[in-house]
Amino acid sequence: MPKLLEVKNLKTQFFTQDGVVHAVNGISYIVNEGETVAIVGESGSGKSVGVMSLIRLIPQPPGKIVDGEVWFDGQDLLKLSEDELRRVRGNRIAMIFQDPMTSLNPVLTIGRQITEALELHLNMSREQSRKRAVELLELVGIPGAASRLDDYPHQFSGGMRQRVMIAMGLSCNPQLLIADEPTTALDVTIQAQIVDLVNRLKDELGMAIIWITHDLGVVAGMAQRVIVMYSGFIVEEAHVDEIYAQPRHPYTLGLLRSIPRLDLGRQKRLVPIEGLPPDLLEAPSHCPFAPRCSFAVDKCWEANPPLEPVGPNHKAACWVDISGVKVIADVKETEVAA
Amino acid sequence: MSAATNGVNGKGKLLEVNDLKMHFPITKGIVFQRQVGAIKAVDGVSFDLYSGETLGLVGESGCGKSTTGRAILQLYRPTDGQVVFEGKDLVQTKGEELRRMRRRMQMIFQDPYASLNPRMTVGSIVGEPLDVHGIGSSRKERQERVQELLKIVGLNPYFVNRYPHEFSGGQRQRIGVARALAVNPSFIVADEPISALDVSIQAQVINLMEDLQEELGLTYLFIAHDLSVVRHISDRIAVMYLGKIVELADRDELYRNPMHPYTQALLSAVPIPDPKIENQRKRIILEGDVPSPANPPKGCNFCTRCPRVMDICREQEPTFKDYGDGHYAACFLHE
Repeated sequence: MPKLLEVKNLKTQFFTQDGVVHAVNGISYIVNEGETVAIVGESGSGKSVGVMSLIRLIPQPPGKIVDGEVWFDGQDLLKLSEDELRRVRGNRIAMIFQDPMTSLNPVLTIGRQITEALELHLNMSREQSRKRAVELLELVGIPGAASRLDDYPHQFSGGMRQRVMIAMGLSCNPQLLIADEPTTALDVTIQAQIVDLVNRLKDELGMAIIWITHDLGVVAGMAQRVIVMYSGFIVEEAHVDEIYAQPRHPYTLGLLRSIPRLDLGRQKRLVPIEGLPPDLLEAPSHCPFAPRCSFAVDKCWEANPPLEPVGPNHKAACWVDISGVKVIADVKETEVAA
Repeated sequence: MSAATNGVNGKGKLLEVNDLKMHFPITKGIVFQRQVGAIKAVDGVSFDLYSGETLGLVGESGCGKSTTGRAILQLYRPTDGQVVFEGKDLVQTKGEELRRMRRRMQMIFQDPYASLNPRMTVGSIVGEPLDVHGIGSSRKERQERVQELLKIVGLNPYFVNRYPHEFSGGQRQRIGVARALAVNPSFIVADEPISALDVSIQAQVINLMEDLQEELGLTYLFIAHDLSVVRHISDRIAVMYLGKIVELADRDELYRNPMHPYTQALLSAVPIPDPKIENQRKRIILEGDVPSPANPPKGCNFCTRCPRVMDICREQEPTFKDYGDGHYAACFLHE
């Protein structure tokens, strides 16, 4: 697959009263055409800031992209002028936000919000764009699409609003769709609907997706590659099957162990990751996970390990080889999910 | 409910909820408010809770699970029904007597950022229930108790003079737990206690709650939308949909043999962090959204979204009955 997006050494910092927040500390990755890449991490891991930086959606100031390149279709997005970038945003790279309740404009009809991008980017007329908006709403499975075009966001339920957001995102046939925790605010049954919808649309429209989430469960069913972030660094990157079967970074291992699994018998005890998430105000000189890591050795406190290949399609940033450690250690009864 | 179920580990019944209803009026008019309808947030919920067990209450947002928890604690006064706690019907209890009963039952809230007063120190937050209920004879005694409580929940006792903003989400939730434990309750309603926390922190709080249950013999009503967490912590699980319990069973039984189509759909919607399993699973995708509790459908509440709906479901309401070994369900497919 040809590559669509290449991020090189991206660094974003926020200059606040309390000091410099090191949100993203030099991350590099590639997204190929038609591929779904999941970026997993907790709040404060830099996963959202990382992708918002791609299309410069970071409020500047206080934020600043201090270093890096973002190559998309032969151009460095970080070097484009605001006007040039605006032609890419919402057009060839679209974004879906986490909270469908707050990211739609409450005083505009959803028809207006969808047609806005169509008129702007594709120079459609009012009529054309309304027709296209109806098609889009049908595509994302909103019943009675034509009659709902003039409804306001509050007249839709949470799941339906997220569908509207997706319809807006898809309106200009983007090559890359960035979804920032699109199902976090939704119930599981609605989440299943949305994941199903996005997977189907991806196959139909052939776009690449960057799916940001903290939920390792959702990722397993839809991504081809997984990137795990911690404290503004990529700590592990691998093919989806690899990362669940044999994580090579203790943080990934910790995440997988700390969640109860519905398909397994009752674990005696969950194995939490001890300690607290890191303080991003300090520029890390050692491995950012070392204070919480049960495998930490002296070297971890001396230098931050680089992200290096540990196998085919598998990179990890860790001084210790944890490949012998099983994810599920002490499960008595194992039942496979229905 | 039938008296045949002898509880978990043969322990006694601590709480009995009978046909609990919590309707919120919808009114029209400004001066003379006429009631034009009701939001039936909880509409006839019955279950028993046995000493020392954890009952998980799951359902989607708006299904009435939190309202059920609050109505049991009399934070809302129920419209109808009985809540018999330690032999007394709380719905009929008022004033001082109810206040005294509150010592025996406490709540842990969902949002550790909103449920702690930012202007109070940790010491006064955890100590407040002691003052309110007049526990401990002197200030010093109370202070010692507060420090002891902080130790129990895994916080440094020297934190008493700090303010909530100085703590992380997981630590705040520990403070919330300490406050609930202050009055030595036997029953705790935990309303989504971990859903606002980071994944790596959630397990810490779950383990804490499990340890405390073992040490102090607590009984939990654990309200959550996350089925995998509920399955981990609960002994029995009740599934709610639109104000009613549609199925209630032992944890493993519910998972192995879900009888109600809603439970089946809910279980199949939970993603499993393993791509091998995930790619083989067959999802039951429910169409549409939950109907409004102000205007529930005729017949079975689930009939508008049920993949196995029959004619009778749109006419009559199924009864909630025991299909053996304490596995309750309300569905015509099994009648």
